[in-house]
Amino acid sequence: MTAAPADTGTAIGMSGVTVRFTSRRSQTTALDDVSLDIEPGEFVTIVGPSGCGKSTLLKIIAGLVTPTSGAVSLRRRPVRGPQKEIGFVFQKAALLEWRGARANILLQAEMRGMDRALAARRADELIEMTGLTGFEKALPHELSGGMQQRVALCRALLHSPPVLLMDEPFGALDALTREQMNAELHRIWRETDTTVVLVTHSIAEAVFLGTRVVVMSARPGRIIRTFPVELPAHRDYAQVMSDSRFDRLATDLRGLLGSAAANH
Amino acid sequence: MTENALDTAGRRAGSPATGGVGPSPVAGLPPGSGGRPPRPTLGRRAATFADSLWRPALVLAAFVAAWWFVAAREYVPNYLVPTPGQVWETMTGQWSELARHTVVTLYETVFGFVLAAALGLATAVAIAYSRTLDKALYPIVLFAQVIPKIAIAPLLVVWFGLGLTPKIILAVLIAFFPVVISGVAGLRSTDPELLDLAATMGAGPWRTFRKIRFPNALPHLMAGLKVAVTLAVVGAVVGEFVGASEGLGYVLLLANGNLDAPLLFADLILMSAIGIVLFVLVEIAEALLIPWHASRRAGVSLTTS
Repeated sequence: MTAAPADTGTAIGMSGVTVRFTSRRSQTTALDDVSLDIEPGEFVTIVGPSGCGKSTLLKIIAGLVTPTSGAVSLRRRPVRGPQKEIGFVFQKAALLEWRGARANILLQAEMRGMDRALAARRADELIEMTGLTGFEKALPHELSGGMQQRVALCRALLHSPPVLLMDEPFGALDALTREQMNAELHRIWRETDTTVVLVTHSIAEAVFLGTRVVVMSARPGRIIRTFPVELPAHRDYAQVMSDSRFDRLATDLRGLLGSAAANH
Repeated sequence: MTENALDTAGRRAGSPATGGVGPSPVAGLPPGSGGRPPRPTLGRRAATFADSLWRPALVLAAFVAAWWFVAAREYVPNYLVPTPGQVWETMTGQWSELARHTVVTLYETVFGFVLAAALGLATAVAIAYSRTLDKALYPIVLFAQVIPKIAIAPLLVVWFGLGLTPKIILAVLIAFFPVVISGVAGLRSTDPELLDLAATMGAGPWRTFRKIRFPNALPHLMAGLKVAVTLAVVGAVVGEFVGASEGLGYVLLLANGNLDAPLLFADLILMSAIGIVLFVLVEIAEALLIPWHASRRAGVSLTTS
């Protein structure tokens, strides 16, 4: 937390980031003095009550929102304007409804002007890895929510981004599909050396996936605490759920989040 | 049958019972079927087409029968309402003349429509992309729409003479507005997350327009074009009313003046035919361009979880 942003190989660095939105009538502080450094290869999950600026935090890292004050860096370069070295997954799959699954994944390549053959090979790998084989040509409306989110994940991973930002990617899925997606995401993260920042409402998801859990307070969003997750790097969903360390951390988080919401 | 099989396969894929690791969603699916229902065969398509056609055809037949009955019994004098037979005779007897005039009106309509579509789309893009142009152009577009176009037809004839130009301009003026409105609505309907996504993909405005915003606007735009194409016919005909030496509008005035009811009816039928044919062409273009859109699909979901 207190490490200097420079010289540590930081993947993402934020120091003193404050965001205020000014509308005609009022001014709201979405984020208040947020500082967070994320090492390469980390999987940081961010939990907090609704409207605590978690999504804004991701958009700041992506360069889609400019903070009112504070400094942000991505791979030790200051963030100014939209960043290209990231993959972004939204809560909605945000697919192009006129394109099949594979073509939706390849949008990433077309927009970046990537090498076609390379992109095609990579797309096939990802389709295989996420179990979308056989659905390459299916249009989004022909796919279930879980399948759509897999396509969005593949699209975000196509260019092998060093940093993956996920904004409640599984929030709209049913509990069982969500568990399955969590297990898959964990496997994908293990198999690549991607740095992941995932925003979620689910404590179980945050603990299962994260190497570190960041807890934020209700508006104005502040980082209350950061918990390292002391679980093995290679996690099995059922095992983790019955692990006493999981229980303890989840209980701590629940207590903290309860007070974070109540204090507001 | 096939759809059922697919549906089961999809459900199996989405079901958590398969566990987290390497699910195989297409266990029961033959390779190469691509996870989609097969395209309808030509026969199936013809059948759907016939199915959609027989109801209006029946209504039309009933209408013609009633017309024929009224005219043949002379409930209304024949110089006011001719029989279908008389109209048919006129149509076939004067076909070469009528065909020439139809081509003129068709030309004016299509020219006007294409021009209106191009100008309308360009204006819509300008309005959707630039706040300044939005503020500057939108009121003017609206104002131009509020002016009764038919009232400026005589002025156009004074300015541009009796040739095709004033008719085309009138067709453009009338067909322009729905294209602009639908184009702006379509371009503005892009999901902001998709635009955020495009930004993180490092794509410039042109790529974002071509790959995301324009295809996304197509359903709206096609709806506008369908309205526009029927209005373009009105523009061309009104232009011919005001001053022309050829075209179906000119023939209509002539027939009216001579109390030549069969010719008048034949002329009306041809005018309507132009509108219908052009509308159907735009519909076909729509079916080809946006087969994916909700308005154009049966709505079979492959996976349910």
